[in-house]
Amino acid sequence: MRKHWIAVIALTIVGAALLALLFLKVPLVPAQAAKQAAQIDTLLTVQLALGGAIFALVMVFLVYSVIAFRRRPGDTDDGPPTEGNAALETVWTIIPLALVLSLATYGGIVLRDMLRPPPGQELVVKVNAMQFAWLFEYPQYGFTSPQLRMPVDQPVLLRLASRDVIHSFWVPEFRVKMDAVPGMEKHLRITPTVIGNYQVQCAELCGLLHWAMRAPVSVVDGAAFQQWIAEQRK
Amino acid sequence: MRTLLSLGLLKGVIAGLAGTAVGMALTMVVRSALGYPAWQPDQVTLAGTLVGIPAYLAGVGAFSAWWGWVLGKGIEEPGGHHFWGWTRYFGADPNHKVIGIQYMATSLVVIAVAGIYQLIARLETSQPGLQFLSPDTYNSLMSLHGIMMLGAVLLGVSGMINYLVPLMIGARDMAFPRLNAFSYWITVPAVFLLLFALPAGGFDTGWTGYPPLSTKAPLGMQLMILAFYLVGWSSILGGVNFLATIMKMRAPGMGLFRMPIFVWTALATAFLQIVFTQFVGIAFLMVLLQRVLGLGFFDPAKGGNVLLFQHLFWLYSHPAVYIFVLPGLGVISEIVPVFSRKPLFGYRLVALSSFGIALQGAIVWGHHMFTAGIEEWLRIPFMVTTMLVAVPTGVKIFSWLATMWHGKISLDTPMLFALTAIAVFLVGGLTGIPNGIVPTDLYIHDTYWVVAHFHHTLFGGFVFPAMAAIYFWFPKVTGRLLNRGLGKLHWALMTVGFFVTYEPMFWLGLNGMRRRIADYDPALGLGPMNTVVSVAAYVIALSMLVFFVNLVASAWRGTRAPANPWRSRTLEWQLSSPPPEHNFPTPPQVLGSPYGFGIPGSVHAVVTPAGGAGEEKGGLGRVSSG
Ligand code: HEM
Ligand SMILES: [Cu+2]
Ligand SMILES: [Cu+2]
Repeated sequence: MRKHWIAVIALTIVGAALLALLFLKVPLVPAQAAKQAAQIDTLLTVQLALGGAIFALVMVFLVYSVIAFRRRPGDTDDGPPTEGNAALETVWTIIPLALVLSLATYGGIVLRDMLRPPPGQELVVKVNAMQFAWLFEYPQYGFTSPQLRMPVDQPVLLRLASRDVIHSFWVPEFRVKMDAVPGMEKHLRITPTVIGNYQVQCAELCGLLHWAMRAPVSVVDGAAFQQWIAEQRK
Repeated sequence: MRTLLSLGLLKGVIAGLAGTAVGMALTMVVRSALGYPAWQPDQVTLAGTLVGIPAYLAGVGAFSAWWGWVLGKGIEEPGGHHFWGWTRYFGADPNHKVIGIQYMATSLVVIAVAGIYQLIARLETSQPGLQFLSPDTYNSLMSLHGIMMLGAVLLGVSGMINYLVPLMIGARDMAFPRLNAFSYWITVPAVFLLLFALPAGGFDTGWTGYPPLSTKAPLGMQLMILAFYLVGWSSILGGVNFLATIMKMRAPGMGLFRMPIFVWTALATAFLQIVFTQFVGIAFLMVLLQRVLGLGFFDPAKGGNVLLFQHLFWLYSHPAVYIFVLPGLGVISEIVPVFSRKPLFGYRLVALSSFGIALQGAIVWGHHMFTAGIEEWLRIPFMVTTMLVAVPTGVKIFSWLATMWHGKISLDTPMLFALTAIAVFLVGGLTGIPNGIVPTDLYIHDTYWVVAHFHHTLFGGFVFPAMAAIYFWFPKVTGRLLNRGLGKLHWALMTVGFFVTYEPMFWLGLNGMRRRIADYDPALGLGPMNTVVSVAAYVIALSMLVFFVNLVASAWRGTRAPANPWRSRTLEWQLSSPPPEHNFPTPPQVLGSPYGFGIPGSVHAVVTPAGGAGEEKGGLGRVSSG
């Protein structure tokens, strides 16, 4: 009987390791371009690896049982009548509880870091969403632009508003998203870290051309940003 | 022709159409008399359905028994019909087995239509660029796919519970048989409304119907809301019936902890149906009133609040996902012990876990709104409560594994489907964790990750278990066996098709594929993976085709089934196949656990074998012993 346990445990470890390797080595997510992205990706990888381990555990038990304990032809007897085991049942109640509560704690810490206003001055951009376009208003500089341009490594506070229905601001490289809700203002904090061109996509179904509701986003160095500001204000 | 005209369904449809026309005409007359333009789509169709639906119900005969009682005629006892007398399936019949089959058949039809809608939509998204659908049509097909599938799941759940629960607890029928027929027949106009929604302009809100978008959507939206109403009404009435049946109609000796797990899950489901359905009713009522009368519930300019809808909607729709999956998980708990020849491991904890899930499900709705702008601190408690579901679901999964351990496992078709269901549901649960943890949800919310996640939970918690249930109970229901070879082919195609369709969607979501889009930017590089998804979706469709062929061919020509082909111990298997009109001539005497496989001398129940019509002789033992 012991040989079954050894086999199953060994297979589970191998399976969990292979899946963890897969999640770590295969590029599953697009490039990171914001401070928030790094933390979120680590959190996601931890969850994937943990999920992979649990998946390996259950699937190994399942497939192994089907093979090792299959009914032989002509055998109409029943199996051993085990009806339960209080200790085992307690263990598999408590361990998942501990695991998910630790994950929630970890997630809560990451969230707190993401919400905390950074020291120093934030660049404020008022994002106006409408069917089916984006307008970016720079109240500190007094102009509005159809594209979102931000200096690299500068904390940005996006103040999201909508003129008609619900939309949602999402740049995959920044990871985080937040809805633009009519009648309310919602906030999203981003610190872009990589110079480049991206795209904001509306992530909340907003009608006919929802799929096409995109706008260019670019992250530039500080000097280029100042120059752009100067041009815009002219 | 005479038989055709006597069918309740046909009479109902004719009366319903006539009623709708009258209602519409009246409203138009009143509108013109008041000096408005006669045609206002929302008001006119609303009035039409308000007259049409009662007219339809009267035509079907859903009121006849009650009406007879009002007139003091007394109620005639139905019965004496034959199982294969097909006409009874097209009219109001109070027998729970007939109603169970009606629900299940309707569910399969709706699943087929909703599946075809999405197969068309998937052709559109198989490559970047707008292929052949207008964005409008895409949105409508996608939205209708969602809402029709979920409606079909509710119908399927009611079907399984209706057919099985009275048999499993040793009752003659449901507690309220006429109410039961009524609950089924109000879902039929819902199906028609949903079918009409596409020609009526469709709607572009997804199944969730968030305002303000839904307050501006075309007429199809309103038909969808009315259909939602009817199905919700049916669901509440069904819940009342299930609850009363399970609490009051159990055979002597059937203590709560001797009930099969499926009955436990039905009980938890009934609780959810009764307690939560009205929230979504209110939410959609408010949308309807805003559309028809211009009230401002969700219009900030009139002091409305857009997020209020989402709270009310998810207060129902999260618990609703457990209405969808709990009975399916119950089915798995029935099948695994039978095909492992071992008692269900940890029966009591598994029984209670369904209630754990039901109660936990009541306090997590905010996890659908992490990006919607609820109070920032509120996201933390919702994250914690959401995580708790791991405990009761873990209990179920580990119990199934422990039941199989050292069992004598045979891989008949029902067991194969149950095993796929476990694997798929497990992935659904694990991929739900990043949705429940706030920071990762801010990333994956409203992407194909979510689409993949909830299809895993719905296929793992309903579709695969429902297939398992059909392969398992079909011999009981029809008296014939389903073809094994076709069954295994169906299983193989569907399992492979499922994983190849849905695993890539996780990657798509992480890499920028938003949900509910008719087209995507070629620069994202998502084309090839989307092609894989679309091709595999057609493999699932092919497997369903095999399934339908098998159903029809086997019902018509299949080998005769013995009373208890799987050597199960629950009560329904101790009756003939199909069971007699009123199940048990005398109430069975329940003596022990339904899962006492291998326990010397263990007996679940003694069923007195008085012969009903068509009683099968020589089944594998009416008194089950180990
Ligand atoms: C062949 C089988 C199926 C395929 C290929 C399929 C595919 C899809 C796809 C690709 C979407 C996302 C559409 C979009 O966001 O643009 C979707 C949405 C959805 N599906 Fe399915 N699906 C299938 C079966 C099912 C089943 C069986 C159910 C329920 C039991 C279901 C329930 C839903 C729901 C609720 C939505 C959400 C609609 C919305 O966003 O409002 N699907 N399906
Ligand atoms: Cu949008
Ligand atoms: Cu939920």
